[in-house]
Amino acid sequence: MAQPFVKKDDDLDEEEEYSPFHGIEKGAVLQEARVFHDPQLDARRCSQVITKLLYLLNQGETFTKVEATEVFFAVTKLFQSKDTVLRRMVYLMIKELSPSADEVIIVTSSLMKDMNSKTDMYRANAIRVLCRIIDGTLLTQIERYLKQAIVDKNPVVASGALVSGVHLLQTNPEIVKRWSNEVQEAVQSRAALVQFHALALLHQIRQNDRLAVSKLVTSLTKGSVRSPLAQCLLIRYTNQVIRESSSNTQAGERPFFDYLESCLRHKAEMVVFEAARAITEFNGVTSRELTPAITVLQLFLSSSKPVLRFAAIRTLNKVASTHPLAVTNCNIDMESLISDQNRSIATLAITTLLKTGNESSVDRLMKQITNFMSDIADEFKIVVVEAIRSLCLKFPLKYRSLMNFLSNILREEGGFDYKKAIVDSIVILIRDIPDAKEIGLFHLCEFIEDCEFTYLSTQILHFLGNEGPKTSDPSKYIRYIYNRVILENATVRACAVSTLAKFGAMVDSLKPRIFVLLRRCLFDGDDEVRDRATLYLNTLGSDASVGGTDEDVKDFLFGPLDVPLVNLETSLQNYEASDIPFDIYSVPREVKSQPLAEKKAPGKKTAGLGAPPSGPTSVVDAYEKLLSSIPEFSSFGKLFKSSSPVELTEAETEYSVNAVKHIFDGHVVFQYNCTNTIPEQLLEMVTVFVDASEAEDFSEVVSKPLRTLPYDSPGQTFLAFEKPEGVPATGKFSNLLKFVVKEVDPATGEAEEDGVEDEYQLEDLEIVAADYMLKVGVSNFKNAWESMDPGNERIDEYGLGVKESLAETVTAVIDILGMQPCEGTEVVSSNSKSHTSLLSGIFVGNVKVLVRVSFGIDGSKQVAMRLAVRSEDPEISEKIHEIVAEG
Amino acid sequence: MAAPDSCPSIKNILLLDSEGKRVAVKYYSDDWPTLSAKLAFEKSVFTKTQKTNARTEAEIVMFDGYIVVYKFIQDLHFFVTGGDDENELILATVLQGFFDAVGLLLRNNVDKRTALENLDLILLCLDEIIDGGIILETEASIIAGKVATHGLDGAASLSEQTITQALATAREHLARSLLK
Repeated sequence: MAQPFVKKDDDLDEEEEYSPFHGIEKGAVLQEARVFHDPQLDARRCSQVITKLLYLLNQGETFTKVEATEVFFAVTKLFQSKDTVLRRMVYLMIKELSPSADEVIIVTSSLMKDMNSKTDMYRANAIRVLCRIIDGTLLTQIERYLKQAIVDKNPVVASGALVSGVHLLQTNPEIVKRWSNEVQEAVQSRAALVQFHALALLHQIRQNDRLAVSKLVTSLTKGSVRSPLAQCLLIRYTNQVIRESSSNTQAGERPFFDYLESCLRHKAEMVVFEAARAITEFNGVTSRELTPAITVLQLFLSSSKPVLRFAAIRTLNKVASTHPLAVTNCNIDMESLISDQNRSIATLAITTLLKTGNESSVDRLMKQITNFMSDIADEFKIVVVEAIRSLCLKFPLKYRSLMNFLSNILREEGGFDYKKAIVDSIVILIRDIPDAKEIGLFHLCEFIEDCEFTYLSTQILHFLGNEGPKTSDPSKYIRYIYNRVILENATVRACAVSTLAKFGAMVDSLKPRIFVLLRRCLFDGDDEVRDRATLYLNTLGSDASVGGTDEDVKDFLFGPLDVPLVNLETSLQNYEASDIPFDIYSVPREVKSQPLAEKKAPGKKTAGLGAPPSGPTSVVDAYEKLLSSIPEFSSFGKLFKSSSPVELTEAETEYSVNAVKHIFDGHVVFQYNCTNTIPEQLLEMVTVFVDASEAEDFSEVVSKPLRTLPYDSPGQTFLAFEKPEGVPATGKFSNLLKFVVKEVDPATGEAEEDGVEDEYQLEDLEIVAADYMLKVGVSNFKNAWESMDPGNERIDEYGLGVKESLAETVTAVIDILGMQPCEGTEVVSSNSKSHTSLLSGIFVGNVKVLVRVSFGIDGSKQVAMRLAVRSEDPEISEKIHEIVAEG
Repeated sequence: MAAPDSCPSIKNILLLDSEGKRVAVKYYSDDWPTLSAKLAFEKSVFTKTQKTNARTEAEIVMFDGYIVVYKFIQDLHFFVTGGDDENELILATVLQGFFDAVGLLLRNNVDKRTALENLDLILLCLDEIIDGGIILETEASIIAGKVATHGLDGAASLSEQTITQALATAREHLARSLLK
């Protein structure tokens, strides 16, 4: 095969790199593929052509449907040849082409012949190829051979069949599940990898059967697992069993811990690491359990292999977030990693050290980091900045050196994301550490003197406008702000004008001087800047010609805009210029809930300068449209809230149903989204029969059945209930799916005439108090809180008993209330003994509700909670307390 | 699907040249649905690792929620990618298996030109290491043995002996290049 495929061009540039595929072209290769039809096959030549085809595919070239079919048919001719190399290339080619169902039939018999060949290599490969391209009906025909292959004495054949089984389980679970006896036998195989593959398949077959998994683990942990890979699998399964049983065996020895500990002494590093990692991931791991795992990871830290060092430091980094003390023993090893060649390892080392360090080591650490920061990429720097922020929150007394560090790096070169991370951190420190406020604001002022990012400049100016006037000497900020008016672009200038006005409005002594500055802005070249200056001068001016009292003016200018911006935008777009002025009170206030499709990666929320959360509207708009299109529901009024879908069936069942709860003032509508996952069935007259005996306040009024539900095309059925108006009634509903089922001929797609009535039990659905609460954030909680009538405030204290952790309790309470956490107060810093969350929302009937809830936890994990509620209606405040008392 | 108790899985294996161009690549996951997504991933993997020295020991990098282990020889760059929950050492074992198997199959002349001239062997080698993301085999001599089984009677096959020899010369080769 060492022969070049293409003759080297004589005039090819000496410099240019020589490639055997130089000048290759799809059309020409497809022409060459004609040799596949030769009566006298030249095996060697054919292999070369296939390699060329594969090369083209590998480079990203695609074949049209016709081309692919042509190549496929040509390739099938090659089964005539007895040449093994060629046969292997044919296998590869068939896999790459992924032929259609009717094409598969053509190669099936050839592949089945190979499956039963005497040559092991043929058998193994033919199985893998056939299983890759086959569909369910053909699979039943070859099932017998596959079962045999699983227990074949040749390990390559057995592995091939087992791995194919893992893939087929995704598409044809009911068939593969029938093989468990053979798979079970293969688990006992002496061949290392066969055991690994058998174990993987057996676990997947049984994964929904806890008892079976537990038995499997119990028998295998007694020893007889051969390959390191299989050992790693077993550790994962063991960990799963431990996790699922941990709820009922709180005290005493954790089951299988001995096994995991023995794996820490295994000779393969991958097993040792897998076991160490498993131990660190225990729920509520104790320091006694952690110690042996940390010890082996510590050894890895000084390994010569970067992969090993990386794996160890990454795991230690995670442990340090929850158990910093357990990792301190490794501090010396980690400090030497700061200078590691591999910057990922160095960054992980630094951030781990920042978590484990104590107050006295902060200064030394900062010195080391400063040297390090200059030679890493921005993405790593951001990680370090975030670690420093949490360190500072942990040791507020050290704010001076940490704040200095942040301001130093703020002055160095860096991209937008990096700078934003630093600015966000400074803002959070200013908010949480009162002592750091003045110095932090000063650093921000310095930064905007030379800031190339308009976004950051405007955000900082806005922040300065809120915080600056409240400092001891507001006048010293004016210079920095006014410099912006002179030096920057129009956006920043306009923002600076607003900031100046805020100082003027809040600090009376500065007012005359601010006015002088604002008047200069009247001659600015930009409309917006001039307009703003004019507005402020006229409204804040001493003659107070516009608006009423001073308070009114300030509220008008700087008060929170309590209308969601998205809604405002829509209303403004719909507004047509006429004599009637635009009325801001006509803008709907409710914020639409989260979109249906959850984003894949959970976005990192930084509670820095970002705007208050405003949900995208599309999904709820769609709901609103859908519901208003149904005449029976038109009298219900305005939709208040739609919940996110609640799954009423388990994954991978015959019928998949989820429900959305739509809340109206005096009604509730359940929307059941049904999907039929059986190709051989057609469902008709689909309804959900609801037993509302555990929901006394609700009475069923309308039911909208779904006429037909064909395979794989989702449909909805609706059910409406009446409930007392404005009352947050709660209850539990049990659901039964009723329908008429008709058999469908898969070949013709036609349904039979007669159907059978059938029913299918669904999970219960609950209406809880949180369903009546809209998550609506406020931009400035303190202002909003103070603007509410303290007379409507209701305060009470609750003992919550023993809880796992403070963070968990906080999340649970926020969930019960269904409110929007403000200013990042849903995050509990680790190890803290108390926490306050600020929540905001709108209750059914459009009543604004604010909650300030404080938690405390003592040594014995007893949690106490103090709940203060303010709302526009004292009765609602009471009601919030009722929710908590019942929840 | 990336539950911590699932089977170890490989997202892709890449063999690129010293300019980041493809020699042979194989994707096993839908994370990169289009050709342009794949090429963008290859580009960022290549640029992020280009300046590192991964010639003696396999190196590792994490970005965008993936772990990539890699090793370079001559003008060839070998990469194996896994999810960020994956055991790094398993990925490294796969990489080492691929790397050594290619060394055996190319009889230690591991460079881009030889790799392209023997592309069929490289592709078969990939096929024997991973099947649809699941690890088939990590032992280099077994992988190479499976790929190199020519003829039914094993006349042209690499016997165990030649493999051991090849491994020995590989080590020698390495030692010499270190002493330079």
